[in-house]
This record gives sequence, C-alpha cells and structure tokens, in this order.
Amino acid sequence: MADFLVYLAAVLAGGAFLLALFRFLRGPSPVDRVVAFDVLTVIAITGIILAAVVADRVIYLDVALVYALLSFLGVIVVARYLERGA
Amino acid sequence: MGPLFDILGGLVLVAGTAFLLLGGLGLNRMPDVFNRIQAGTKATTLGTILTLTGIAMMHPDWALKLLLIGMFLLFSNPLSSQVLARAAERTHVHKTSRTRIDRFEQDHDQGEEA
Amino acid sequence: MSTLTLLMAVLAAVAMLGGAAVAVASKSTPVAILAAGLVSLMASVLFVLLAAPDVAMTEAAIGSGLTTFLFFFVLGRVKEEQDDD
Repeated sequence: MADFLVYLAAVLAGGAFLLALFRFLRGPSPVDRVVAFDVLTVIAITGIILAAVVADRVIYLDVALVYALLSFLGVIVVARYLERGA
Repeated sequence: MGPLFDILGGLVLVAGTAFLLLGGLGLNRMPDVFNRIQAGTKATTLGTILTLTGIAMMHPDWALKLLLIGMFLLFSNPLSSQVLARAAERTHVHKTSRTRIDRFEQDHDQGEEA
Repeated sequence: MSTLTLLMAVLAAVAMLGGAAVAVASKSTPVAILAAGLVSLMASVLFVLLAAPDVAMTEAAIGSGLTTFLFFFVLGRVKEEQDDD
C-alpha cells in the first residue's frame, strides 16, 4: 500500500514536471521562463527525495540539500540581471 | 514505525505532489506573469513541505535532514518570488486585461506628481 | 534499475533535450544561459538516478550554480562596458 502511494506520488510529480517544462519551452517573457525554472528546480528536489525513498539511500538527500541552497541563488542572480537590463 | 504511519505518510506525500501538480497547472493556465508567480511559488512551497512531512513520517530517522531542506525552501521560495515580481514590474511585462487595480503604479504616479 | 527510476530518467532526458533546444534556438542571451542551467540541472538529477550522488552534487554546485552565476556576472560587465561607449 505504501509502495503504491509512493508510485502514485511520483506519477503526480512527473505530471507537474511536464506542465512546468511546457511553460519553460513556451515562454513568452524571460520572467516566465525564470518562474518555470524555479518550479522545475523544486520539482527536481521532490524527485530526488522520491528517488532516495525508492532506493532507500539517505545520501541522496544531501544532493537535494545542495539544490535547495543553490536554486534560489540562481533565480536571484537572473532576476537582478533582468531588472537592471531593462 | 508501524504500517499505519507508513500509509498515513504516503497519503500526505500524495497530497503534497497533488499540490505540485496544481502549481504546474496554474503555471500554464494563469493569464499573466504575476499570477504565474503566485501559482508557481505558493502552491509548490506547500506541496514540497507536505511531501517532506510525508517522507519524514515514513522514515523518522531521516527527519533532521528533511527538516533542513524544508527550512531552506521556506527561506528561499518567498524571497525568489518577491525578487521575480520586482523584476517583472521593472521590465514592464504585459499585464492581463482583467487587471482591476495596480496600487504600485498609482503610488508611483502620485510620487512623480508631488 | 526499477521501472519508476527508468521513467524518471526518461523524463529528465526529455527535459535536457528541451533545454538544449531552447538554448540553441533562443535569440535572447539570458534565456539561453538559463536553458543551459536547466540542462545541467537535469544532468545532475540523472546522475542521482544512476546512483552517483557525489558526481550529482558536484554537477549541481559547479554546472548549475557557479556557471550560471559566472555567465550572468560577465554578461552584466559586458553590458556595462557597452553602455559606457
């Protein structure tokens, strides 16, 4: 039962990933793409954690931790560049 | 932990990823950048926190690391959403025609007149 | 490799292809840099799925974090010099 729920969660996260990827590919403004990139990063963190549960390895969580630290740095750098460039 | 906690954690996990899916849906359905920022950051923050809680219920010995990840996300998501909204406002992106009121623009105009 | 891991790997690979296509096709430089960052993000997820968490951590820190940061820093400096002329 619990395994099934993990699989269902992975499928839902995959759907969210595809939707966010669609927005990233379509644009239209650069800020749209940055928002989509942010969402993709958060969903990637969820995906890594689900992979950690499926493989039953704690060490994968460290990668997710590095992501949580770095993703927001990237978004802020891009946003600062965009608002200065206008 | 017992099998009851496993299933309970799994249900919370599914609820969290459902919120992620709703966030992705909002990212595609919302009419302009500002609405998309709301869907993209608020829904996904709730979704990730619920996901982390669910997994902490399934694996109580991982709870500390999951708590750390959740704290970083709670710090970074509102910050990035605010910075993105400011960048969108300053680059004058297209607003939806259904925008009723823009307090920021009103304040800005009054400031220039004074 | 379980079926679920395989599906996640396929999804990451599709995202890498999409990001690479945007990086090549886009006319705006910031969007191209962001797309390159997406490619490296997904490469790192792929490394996790291939059971190499240390490689994934390095890729996340260097490829996705530092490279994007460096590109935008340099882009800002180039723009400043162009504005001075």
